Amino acid sequence: MTIRNIYRKSLNNVMLTLTGICAFVTVSTLFVILAYLVYNGGKSVDLAFFTQLPKGAGEEGGGMANAILGSAEIVAIASAIGIPIGFFTGVYLSEWGGPGFSFLVRYMCDLLNGVPSIVIGIFAWIVVVKPMHQFSALAGGFALSLMLIPITAKSTEQFLVEVPRALREGSLALGATKWRTIASVVVPAARKGIMTGIILGVARIAGESAPLLFTSLNNQYWSTGLSEPTASLPVMIYTHAISAYDDWHRQAWAAGLVLLCLVLVANIAARLIVSRGTTARG
Amino acid sequence: MSPTAAAQPQSPISSLSRRLRGGDEVAWLITLLFATSVLVITALLIGELWIGSAAAREKFGFGFITSRLWNPVTDEFGAYPFLYGTIVTSALALAISVPIGVGAAIFLAELANGKWSDALTFLVELLASVPSVIYGLLAIFTIVPMMREFIGPALKSVFGFLPLFQGPVYGVGYLTASLVLSIMIFPYIISVSREALLAVPREQREAALALGATKWESTWQIVVPFARLGIIGSIFLAFARALGETMAVTMVIGNDMTVHTSLLAPGNTIAAVLASEFNEATGKYYPAALIELGLVLFLLTLVLNGLARLLILVTTNKGSARA
Amino acid sequence: MLSLLCAGLAPAADTINAAGATFPAPIYQKWFEEYKAKTGVQINYQPVGSGTGIKQLTEGTVDFGASDVPMTDAQIAAASKSKPLHFPTVLGAVVLSYNVPGLTAGLKFSGPTVAGMFMGTITKWNDPKIVADNPGVKLPATDLVVVHRSDGSGTSFIFTDYLSKVSPDWKSKVGAAASVSWPTGLGGNGNAGVEGFIKQTPGSIGYVELIYAIQQKMAYADVKNAAGKFVKPSFESVTAAAAGMKEMPADFRVSITDAPGAGAYPISSFTWLLIPSQFADANKKKVITEFLTWMLAEGQKDAQGLSYAPLPAAVVAKEKKQIALIK
Repeated sequence: MTIRNIYRKSLNNVMLTLTGICAFVTVSTLFVILAYLVYNGGKSVDLAFFTQLPKGAGEEGGGMANAILGSAEIVAIASAIGIPIGFFTGVYLSEWGGPGFSFLVRYMCDLLNGVPSIVIGIFAWIVVVKPMHQFSALAGGFALSLMLIPITAKSTEQFLVEVPRALREGSLALGATKWRTIASVVVPAARKGIMTGIILGVARIAGESAPLLFTSLNNQYWSTGLSEPTASLPVMIYTHAISAYDDWHRQAWAAGLVLLCLVLVANIAARLIVSRGTTARG
Repeated sequence: MSPTAAAQPQSPISSLSRRLRGGDEVAWLITLLFATSVLVITALLIGELWIGSAAAREKFGFGFITSRLWNPVTDEFGAYPFLYGTIVTSALALAISVPIGVGAAIFLAELANGKWSDALTFLVELLASVPSVIYGLLAIFTIVPMMREFIGPALKSVFGFLPLFQGPVYGVGYLTASLVLSIMIFPYIISVSREALLAVPREQREAALALGATKWESTWQIVVPFARLGIIGSIFLAFARALGETMAVTMVIGNDMTVHTSLLAPGNTIAAVLASEFNEATGKYYPAALIELGLVLFLLTLVLNGLARLLILVTTNKGSARA
Repeated sequence: MLSLLCAGLAPAADTINAAGATFPAPIYQKWFEEYKAKTGVQINYQPVGSGTGIKQLTEGTVDFGASDVPMTDAQIAAASKSKPLHFPTVLGAVVLSYNVPGLTAGLKFSGPTVAGMFMGTITKWNDPKIVADNPGVKLPATDLVVVHRSDGSGTSFIFTDYLSKVSPDWKSKVGAAASVSWPTGLGGNGNAGVEGFIKQTPGSIGYVELIYAIQQKMAYADVKNAAGKFVKPSFESVTAAAAGMKEMPADFRVSITDAPGAGAYPISSFTWLLIPSQFADANKKKVITEFLTWMLAEGQKDAQGLSYAPLPAAVVAKEKKQIALIK
């Protein structure tokens, strides 16, 4: 073997091992975090957690049933607003975008993505809470949707663009209109990637507390409508974690674990729905 | 575009409605509306920030960006320490997580067995949903003591001649915050890059291997460039998250309002100080100064994004990955 | 169009929403829970911070607010729609929690010593000033690490208010506010953050509310009061600080840091509920005034269990009269 080939071969082995190490590092960090959460949270999760309302400070027991429901409501509202806007924006950018306008929209998406969650919260407070004179789940959903839009739009555009032109041309050649092509051929081909982006986005907003502090506030009790202060898991975690009581600290960990599990369930469900049928991989 | 539309002279409304009868036009209009709404919302956001910061902008002018003072009692405010902290922590976080994340993505996409790859990626994505506050708490219990007892002193003894690693080690500071941030942005880089790599058609890899390339050469020289846009997209996402992260950073950065060169020293970021102080900010200038900080972050994101996009434009031959 | 939407989504009439200080949150939430059990009325209190509480009250997004810091004249003028009244609820103490390994006895500090530590002029634990305050205690030569709050807070206001009274240097260089430019030290997020840092960092000292030090079993110091005595923070010493006050102003806006009296703990404070003096909704007014009456009688009994000091009798009597002012 020539020296060059020996070099190439060893480079191959070294680099591939390195990637393995990278994967190992990230996965083990993940496991440490999960283990910590499960250990600390598992101690406090019981049936009461899912069915009862929070108890006062310093008192044992109680649960976060209202926060679980509240989080589900708020994330649902945010998704209902944010996913369509983000998705169709991504479709526009990928399929019809002209140079100037698209550049601007992409730029704005990147900007929106980098806005600190607290600023989003303040903005939503000015735009929704102040006129309504009321903290509400709607305001919270609105704030979170602002964080969902850019990530959805970017993922959608990115994965739609990567669908090979041959696929599009084939569909058009068969007589389908452009929108039909997009709906029936291009989007399904890219759906796994788009789904990944959406799931990452929803996972992120499910865990955000700062925007909710100014919009849905929190609630010790059940809220009777969408326009009332609503409890949510991230805010509960925040208020419990900063308290003085060990019992509340444990509840914060439990809430973190429950939140993670809820997102896990949603993640699995979404992936199952999407991966029915073959994927257009290579 | 339907050819009948341009031909006849008709009133604008009926001409538009005739064009809209074609599904393509409707689809175009709908998606255009949504895209425009993004512009509108962002413009509204910037507008509100502009209005909210008026008092502070009038008082401080451009000096706000370079001033190092932050005194709520005497109403003197400046953005420099926070700008510095934001840039340092985000840059360092990216420097740590991009190589490791992309490496891991390559491993998961190219080398790992399909089922394992899916399962592990799935778990990594879960990390994205861990609430910020929990990351902060975890960091306080794990990373901060490690930094104070082991990592900090070790770095000091080996690299202590550099001003980057001098001064007392508290456990909290720029480096700790960067580490926490890098862990938080792993999921974005790994998950999205992996999808981008997987989307590369199999023929590309096979062609390279058929020509005698090693697996690494095929991956690094063919597959990765093909997936370049996706990987870069993931870095953008990660970067944006790092810039805007509030709760976890504010819990581990030590919240010191001065600029330190040492990475082991405490500092502050724009997002962290906004989160910490907005609730209690009262008076004419204090809230306005905080909102102006938000505006400055916007400006920073604008500039950094612009630079990054310029870089992409310069290093890409346009239209190559857009099959 | 938004208002049409709001009209259609009008909230239920029986939940009252309130927001404000984090310091008294444990006892407020306990009160509201007990009150709900007794009368069925639901009051939702959220600890978002004194400043936000005032802001939300001014904007009308909550029914009443709470604050560790009395509203300034400017803030009261801005809240012209609700014209809030201050109702002191309980008393609390801010203590100096420290972590010095190897100590054989509790520590004591005088005002100027505390100021020196937080100004950065005292940097080691065996500094002559600390030694002078603690005769007979062996102090190590370790570095002194200061921990303060990174977030704005009523607790910080109480502490800096005290420091401004005992140190002219502090008053001119730093001042008293919910958020100041700290000359030195690390910032922790919330009382829990500060306590967490202190627990982890040998040689550190910081200020937290009494309940945090007690719950986390950390050592806290006796402080020298205006009468020259070193006083341990406790219910008795805090109530003594309130009782030592000569004249309670009619609007109840007063600071009791560095209070006169031999048994007074110098870093004590009232905390207030900010109740609008005019309600559009007669039902809400009835509910809130009834709650206030209950709070001044039954509610006070819960204070000690949660490490707050109850109000002195004279203050309670005066407050009962103020309830009549609510329309």
